[in-house]
Amino acid sequence: MIYLVLIVVGIGSLIPFVWMLLTSVKDYGDVVSLNLWPWPPLGNSTPRFDNFAEAIRLTGVDRDTGLPLFFRHVLNTATVTAIVVASSVVTSVLAAYAFAQLQFPAKNALFILVLATFIIPEELILVPRAVMMNKNYLNWYNTLPAMVAPFLANAFGIFLIRQFFLQIPRDLYDAARIDGAGHMRYLTFVMVPLARPAIFTLALLEFIWTWNEFRWIQLVTSSSNMRTVSVGLVGFLQTDGGSQTQLAMAVAVMVVLPVVILYFFTQRYFTEGIATTGLKG
Amino acid sequence: MIVSRRGSARYRARARAAREALLAYGLLSPALLLFLAFTVFPIVFGLYISLHNWRLGPREFLGLGNYMRALSPDSEFWPSLGATLTYSLLAVPIQISIALTLAYLLFQKIRGKALFRVVMFLPWVTSTVATAAVWARLYSPDIGFINSLLKSLGLAPLRWLLEDKGLFTLIAGGLGITLPDWFRGPSLAMVAVVIYTTWVFVGYNMTLFLAGLGNIPGEMYEAAKIDGANGWQLFRRITWPLLSPTTFFVVLITVIGTLKAFNHIWVMTQGNNGTQTASILIYRQFYEFQRAGYASALAFLLSAVILMVTVLQNRVAAERVNY
Repeated sequence: MIYLVLIVVGIGSLIPFVWMLLTSVKDYGDVVSLNLWPWPPLGNSTPRFDNFAEAIRLTGVDRDTGLPLFFRHVLNTATVTAIVVASSVVTSVLAAYAFAQLQFPAKNALFILVLATFIIPEELILVPRAVMMNKNYLNWYNTLPAMVAPFLANAFGIFLIRQFFLQIPRDLYDAARIDGAGHMRYLTFVMVPLARPAIFTLALLEFIWTWNEFRWIQLVTSSSNMRTVSVGLVGFLQTDGGSQTQLAMAVAVMVVLPVVILYFFTQRYFTEGIATTGLKG
Repeated sequence: MIVSRRGSARYRARARAAREALLAYGLLSPALLLFLAFTVFPIVFGLYISLHNWRLGPREFLGLGNYMRALSPDSEFWPSLGATLTYSLLAVPIQISIALTLAYLLFQKIRGKALFRVVMFLPWVTSTVATAAVWARLYSPDIGFINSLLKSLGLAPLRWLLEDKGLFTLIAGGLGITLPDWFRGPSLAMVAVVIYTTWVFVGYNMTLFLAGLGNIPGEMYEAAKIDGANGWQLFRRITWPLLSPTTFFVVLITVIGTLKAFNHIWVMTQGNNGTQTASILIYRQFYEFQRAGYASALAFLLSAVILMVTVLQNRVAAERVNY
């Protein structure tokens, strides 16, 4: 009985993904005629893998590189994601070490400040952040710095890593000191290797959050060659993808695929990371 | 001689403390400077913007004008707040009860548990924009999978995301009853968005509940079973009270999450058909009409609502949660 419920729910949960995959290789005619499985043995269409190439072609051409815009969007997304992951991991590890291991004036006040940045709704700062990027202020509008700036450090990462650092016994530090290691060497060669699971979890979560980011990028970019895949997908839905559902789904498959592959190889870190830290809906 | 040695020891300790503090500030500075520049400063700047008629820069000082406009009886803020709360009140109980049920089922000794968890968690991992685009097609009145399913079950197809009519109105209409307008219920489009939200977040919430269930000591159940407790009593008397910190936490983040919901609503309806939540309204005012001042004022009002709800929940939790 329990198995039946779980199997039905599990399959139901996968239906949108399956439908997306099937639709992405259909003929337009089969989409419109609601044919769920138009291929042998039930039908006589052939799977149209050309849809992917067709969809990529329809996104247009990047005037800088001459490549299809979709590839430019992938490149932009990968660049933004790589910068954000690297920066948030480094800033989080450094700050977490200070909060976990060092004594200094105003420690509690600064920790509360970090906590506060975590609680503040993004809605509150969205507009002023975007205004800061325009030409009267930072003049970063439609550039890479604007795309990454709000995500370079985050309080979630500091908490996650600090929590892990606090579990490492202090004796280890005393031992390292006797061996002549200072704080930086201790952090690099003892704490960081020990905290690898937490750091990996943070990097993965940052990866998917940044890869999937939409609103901010849409707000601070205007030219098609600065978009990321999410923004590009929404644009595509409003143009050719709007009527050609199979092409829209082909793009959606390509947007989702890197994250899904990454997730299947690392899913343990996601569920464990979420379960131990909770946070962020 | 002894005195001077003590003095130098103290001096060295002080120097070490100063070096440690310096190192700490050095390590903290990248994160803190980024927070100051892109989180703390924007709050102050946002307040300043909200007091102006603001396009690319300040045009004129309005004082509380933007707030007055947002709070005036015929402003679009009130319906958007209504839509936000409707969304929250629908999504939170549905999402949480399903997640808790699944977690409870999964917590029994069951094979394929890990696989189920991986599958249920997948929607949360994948791009909201992409999956919302898929669901928008599933909901499509003509070529959507959901309507073709309804038809094959002999039911009438629906207009889903394009349907502005209230849920109760539609149900009553099907029964041949006409309802008064104030009893129309959430629009069908809103219901469709809530179904999507449930699909995205159930696996995530279930994972949190599973972690909470894992923290309940197994001896409690064994002791209760020896005393002859049945399944429902075990849940009601042991699981539910001991799980309450987790439940509170899940409810809290789900409520806050629903009050801020944006991406999927933007992709699925652009805020049409009764789904213009406060987040959507803020974004539209800024992105479509470049009204930075008015949008900032709306953002402060929404944040005030989120803060009030959070404080309220903490009050309730202080009385009801067993730690």
